[in-house]
Amino acid sequence: MNSADENFELREIQRLEGHTDRVWGVAWKPATGVNGVPAVLASCSGDKTVCIWEQSPATGSFQQKAVLEETHTRTVRSCMWSPSGKLLATASFDATTAIWEDVAGDFECISNLEGHENEVKSVSWNASGSLLATCGRDKSVWIWELLPHNEFDCVSVLQGHTQDVKMVQWHPSMDILFSCSYDNTIKVWAEDGDSDDWHCVQTLGESNSGHSSTIWALSFNTNGDKMVSCSDDLTVKVWGADIMRMHSGDGNVPWAHLCTLSGYHDRTIFSVHWSREGIIASGAADDAIRLFVESIDGLVGEPSYKLLLKKEKAHDMDVNAVQWGSTENSLLASASDDGTVKIWQLTSSS
Amino acid sequence: MNSGLINANPIVYGKKERRARTAPVDVDEYAAEPIDQLEIFDHIRDIKDPEHPYSLEELKVITEDAIEVDDTKSHVRVAFTPTVEHCSMATVIGLCLRVKLMRCLPPRYKVDISVAPGTHATEAAVNKQLNDKERVAAALENPNLVDMVDECLAPSYE
Repeated sequence: MNSADENFELREIQRLEGHTDRVWGVAWKPATGVNGVPAVLASCSGDKTVCIWEQSPATGSFQQKAVLEETHTRTVRSCMWSPSGKLLATASFDATTAIWEDVAGDFECISNLEGHENEVKSVSWNASGSLLATCGRDKSVWIWELLPHNEFDCVSVLQGHTQDVKMVQWHPSMDILFSCSYDNTIKVWAEDGDSDDWHCVQTLGESNSGHSSTIWALSFNTNGDKMVSCSDDLTVKVWGADIMRMHSGDGNVPWAHLCTLSGYHDRTIFSVHWSREGIIASGAADDAIRLFVESIDGLVGEPSYKLLLKKEKAHDMDVNAVQWGSTENSLLASASDDGTVKIWQLTSSS
Repeated sequence: MNSGLINANPIVYGKKERRARTAPVDVDEYAAEPIDQLEIFDHIRDIKDPEHPYSLEELKVITEDAIEVDDTKSHVRVAFTPTVEHCSMATVIGLCLRVKLMRCLPPRYKVDISVAPGTHATEAAVNKQLNDKERVAAALENPNLVDMVDECLAPSYE
């Protein structure tokens, strides 16, 4: 994206009210908001429910279409749609991960994955939708395989983090799993070539120019050769890897620190998300949203990022999650302790 | 009764004289008067220690001086002093302070709770836990812990 001569504005399109407690996460349904398919968003909350919001094609405004309740008995901490958009996975402090099937707008809980000792904090589908990862306060990362008839089988329990695991995220094209933790590290997990065993192939800690406090979230660019992470240490870090080597089947390709963005948020950064067009959004406990873009003035081989836009007071309280729409409509959703979800549109004027 | 207590014989100090405030102690979100140090102190001074029948003020776990307030920036920082360096109750005390301030301050407020520098053996670990809001949220969904917190907070509402 060429941002040199343009002024950008993050315009609030709508404030979605419906949750009765803090909203922890949001997830855009894949392949919606494009080709005449209305945009669909899920949000999850401390009120133990998940809300499904759908954009009206006529008015463009979002309406609450469904409330998924009476399944989780505690906070629903995160949610993610399967790549096909048919299934929604929700991770809860009640130690379970629920799988919901969308049958023409009716959501039915078809499976409840049990195994974590206590709070499940994050859930992520791999690119093909065949694997699901979960993580939690019990310091473990679980990998589940989706079998025919919507059965789930635990294929691996990964121990390695020394504190609770805040988020799991699959690589956008490879079956390589990333987890970030209260122990200040990011771990990279890959499957052994010979056996079906998963193991940790890399740990990105402070000695690798990594974070010095809890890492709350991470996200990949579309190519999958860069990753961005955010932390309680008030920084956002960008990491890179050799994607060609990765595509040739080498699961041990190392990730290296590329740059650190600091001085932009003055309280814990909870969320970071990379758009298809290359814009990094961050949301933090300072109630603000920031957007960053790769700087074209950067020296060759040394990418640098510049602040594209800052939105102070994006919410009345902490911003817990930011997520770009999966299509090119430049919509950003944010979730906050103030109990609302906001829909933003990024517009530019030259 | 005293067996197994972390600090069986804490020093008990006197309570500070209550200074009259011009505004009522209850926070009115719409009142123009800024929130100050004394107001914060009044909210938390009567919280009961988790293992003794004394208030946090009487045990000098909190003092007025250990409170920093910036009303224009909506920010409060409380540094408390556990009665002993290895106090395993430090996280419970911190949770009590956070819950009380969450309940009585306007939602725009950011609250940082920490143990005073040099007063706890695992200071950094305690501070990290107290300020991880996900852990705080999870703790507040634990009925046993909530009962414990509510019991400690009860005298502060009298």
